[in-house]
Amino acid sequence: MERVSEIIREKGASTALIIGVFVFWELFCLMAGISDILLPRPTQIIAALIQYWPAIWPHTWQTLYTTIVGFGIGVVIGLLLGILIGSSKLAYDTAYPLLVGFSSIPKVAVVPIFVLWYGAGTVPAILTAMIICIFPIVVNVATGIATVEPELEDVMKTLKASKTDILWNVSLPRAMPYFFAALKVAITLAFVGSVVAETVASNRGIGNMMMIASSSFNVPLVFAGLFVLAGLGVTLYVLFSLIERRVTGWAHRKTDVASA
Amino acid sequence: MNAGISDIRPVETGQASTFIEFEEASITYGRGAKAVQALAPTSLKIAEGEFVALVGPSGCGKSTILKMVGELLKPSTGHVFVAGREIGATPIRIGMAYQNPTLLPWLNIRDNVMLPLKIVPPFRQGYRSKRKGEYRDRVEALLAQVGLAGFGDKFPWQLSGGMMQRANLCRALIHDPDLLLLDEPFGALDQFTREELWAIMQDLWLSKKLTVLLVTHDLKEAAYLADRICVMSARPGRILDDSPVALARPRTIDMTFEPDFVALNQRLRAMIVGARGGTGIVNHAPGAA
Repeated sequence: MERVSEIIREKGASTALIIGVFVFWELFCLMAGISDILLPRPTQIIAALIQYWPAIWPHTWQTLYTTIVGFGIGVVIGLLLGILIGSSKLAYDTAYPLLVGFSSIPKVAVVPIFVLWYGAGTVPAILTAMIICIFPIVVNVATGIATVEPELEDVMKTLKASKTDILWNVSLPRAMPYFFAALKVAITLAFVGSVVAETVASNRGIGNMMMIASSSFNVPLVFAGLFVLAGLGVTLYVLFSLIERRVTGWAHRKTDVASA
Repeated sequence: MNAGISDIRPVETGQASTFIEFEEASITYGRGAKAVQALAPTSLKIAEGEFVALVGPSGCGKSTILKMVGELLKPSTGHVFVAGREIGATPIRIGMAYQNPTLLPWLNIRDNVMLPLKIVPPFRQGYRSKRKGEYRDRVEALLAQVGLAGFGDKFPWQLSGGMMQRANLCRALIHDPDLLLLDEPFGALDQFTREELWAIMQDLWLSKKLTVLLVTHDLKEAAYLADRICVMSARPGRILDDSPVALARPRTIDMTFEPDFVALNQRLRAMIVGARGGTGIVNHAPGAA
């Protein structure tokens, strides 16, 4: 019972904060008399969401699709690169400077290049989402793999374990908490990537919808787009958190210590 | 892994065959002006089934010797032979346990102990089919032997330091190694847990009769467990003294208070203090505890 009330207290506080922010926003706009062209009230935004839903839905689907595909490819490439860089000192020293340089390029800047290569549309959005989420995954996975305790490595080596044995039995499981931490960062970044690409060069997706809405001064719809993005981001974040709990529960053991 | 030509040594005929042999083996870290010799050319023979302890001041190359035997390091000069072959090509099975138990936090104790069976031949063949039956029984039997019966389903973080170290010993022994390497395995434990584990270690050794090389800074531990104690000098390490421990087995904690044991301890201590370059005199302020 104590735990239940604790959960209610924890979740209750954050829910109250979220509701509080919206109530404050609503009241502030009303009292200050702010026009909905500048800052629409939450109720207006929700009304716009409902009103335009049939039009918003395909865009939502498109953004979700490009984000997930780009994220998926990014995860695979990031994981492979992370394993490579993390398990070899030579690869680490060789590739890291390039990777850092590559990651410090603002990803918005590469969208025109993708458009040049593939034309406006879905592909640049997927590629931007992909490229933006590779780096955090590589760095995290590489860190997880490279920081295996030297004593443990010695124990494995005296067992004459091969590199693949060590990778599968020690390094990879050990890197999983790092990997999932990176996934949660990467999925939100992937949305940034796809939406930026859609805004710059696409005729579909939430980013594109928001561009069009703002050019016709339909500000509630612009904000409705933001709400949809936030909703998508939160949903996927929660999804990965749940998978993370299942896969790497051992790393978060403090929440339920069994009596030994 | 290829050691090039691995000469086969003639196995000496005697009361016990030589299992490990150091032939003027030395280790130097770094190069040129920055080179540091960690281990001076050292010769050492260890017989099969012998329990040898290496003691000495910190940084004297005790662990370096252990690592060479475990094929983790190659000598800069000289040779190291294990089971008649130069290291790198030895066909023997080795178990190793450090002070840090390094159990895998995502596996329960049973699976942690089972890890070598997944890797070391011939056990790795048929691992999938045997892990729920034969191997499980094997692990449970060994866990019971060290007093961890019923703890197979626990996770490492649910165990105390002493229990983790017992599990660590089990992991080092589950694949029936020919050689066990211990690097200060009980160093982080409290006095009573440590003494408990000495007894367990002795029982394990008496029942399995494998060759053990123990690195420790605890002289009592060395005298309690080992057949032979090698005292090493400060860096670059050399073996200053190599003497047998003439105490009957099985040894008990009570024996550690007997005159023979105390005398041996004092002799070892004096040697190490000398090796560190100290006077051996500890100034006790009058009245201080």
